[in-house]
Amino acid sequence: MQQFLSDAVEFLPILMQGVKLTVIITLGSLVLSTILGLFWALMRVSGIWVLDRSTRLLINFIRGVPIIVQLFYIYFVMPDFGVTLTALQAAIIGLGIAYSAYQAENFRAGIEAIDHGQIEAAQSIGMGWFLVMRRVILPQAFRIVLPPYGNVMIMMLKDSSQASTITVAELALQGKLIAASTFKNTSVFTMVALMYLCMCLPLMYLVGQLEKHSATQRR
Amino acid sequence: MIELRDIHKSFGALHVIRGVSATVEKGEIVCILGPSGSGKSTILRCINGLESYDSGAITVEGAKVDRNSRSIVDIRARVSMVFQRFNLFPNRTALENVVEGPIFVKKENRTTALERGRDLMARVGLAGKEDNYPGQLSGGQQQRVAIARALAMQPRAILFDEPTSALDPELVGEVLTVMKSLAEDGMTMIIVTHEVAFAREVADRALFIDQGVIVEEGPAASMLSHPRHARTQDFLRRVTHPL
Repeated sequence: MQQFLSDAVEFLPILMQGVKLTVIITLGSLVLSTILGLFWALMRVSGIWVLDRSTRLLINFIRGVPIIVQLFYIYFVMPDFGVTLTALQAAIIGLGIAYSAYQAENFRAGIEAIDHGQIEAAQSIGMGWFLVMRRVILPQAFRIVLPPYGNVMIMMLKDSSQASTITVAELALQGKLIAASTFKNTSVFTMVALMYLCMCLPLMYLVGQLEKHSATQRR
Repeated sequence: MIELRDIHKSFGALHVIRGVSATVEKGEIVCILGPSGSGKSTILRCINGLESYDSGAITVEGAKVDRNSRSIVDIRARVSMVFQRFNLFPNRTALENVVEGPIFVKKENRTTALERGRDLMARVGLAGKEDNYPGQLSGGQQQRVAIARALAMQPRAILFDEPTSALDPELVGEVLTVMKSLAEDGMTMIIVTHEVAFAREVADRALFIDQGVIVEEGPAASMLSHPRHARTQDFLRRVTHPL
């Protein structure tokens, strides 16, 4: 225990640099996946056959390829086509795209859960498609979607560790590097695990609160 | 003002409307009666394009109703609808429900819209309930908010789709009273209903629909008191004397 504490004090500053990158990747890809996911979801419910089908195909493609392979593709293959990204950019874009598929299906489920009578009521006061979405469906779908959205946030935080495979020195990779050079596997990886947990706990609390909130909203 | 010419409509193999023609004049109150599944709600929903029709033509003040055209948005703003299950927006207060259309569809000034919204709430007898959410109101109150929401669009006509069918019996009266006061103010109304007594008293004209065709039509008071057609007689007997 004594040993662990002294190791912790020694390694914490280096690991904190990893934490910083982990947070940046998570936030960046969360924003990107949310925007893309909402866009895919709106295509899916647009009622226009071509948009619906092509988006469904795209989503299945994204879901069907492992995140790690998508990251490799963006970071190692795209340069062959003249698109060179930094490892951090590639990680954010890769994770953002990979998760947009799950976000999209989550958002779509929320949108489709809204009673059709709501849409008819909105249409009957002269609302067009965008206004129905903006004023009636999305605000109500928002509440339904929040709890699963919180879960996606937690998963993204942990999956940001996959960025280590394309050389982003986030928390997991920093840990691995320290462990490899000091052989203090136990101390280092215990710290890494605890630090991930510390970042997840507030998110878990948030999800719990959101679920409680949406339960009281339901009538 | 509203004209239906030889409307046909099928849901798959089911031919629900088989050639319905009707004209509703400005200020007229028309009640549509008929057994369930007769197509009466479908006809109503075709008028503001919530449902498409296969052939024939519906016009509202000369404009053709086509649910796939941009013009449908404009027609819906002129022909409001009140639904059987109210369909109020549950995440907005009663007053917000009422002013939603004026503010976001007609782009009215917020202050004047709210002011008019409060007047409309008072008009349907719900002054003081402006800040309640639909979930905090009874069915009858919710339906009255829905009527206020329809009125807020300053429509040329209002379509009522079985407005009292989802209500507890003791709450039917308060909704019918509001509808009656609209009738007295000269609002053009098309009402699908099972309330024969209400139709007889308030409506100018009644249509009896069965199996997708108009079986009988005429002045509401006389037709509903002395129906000529056997199917109308049979239906009215069953509605007014269920036992």
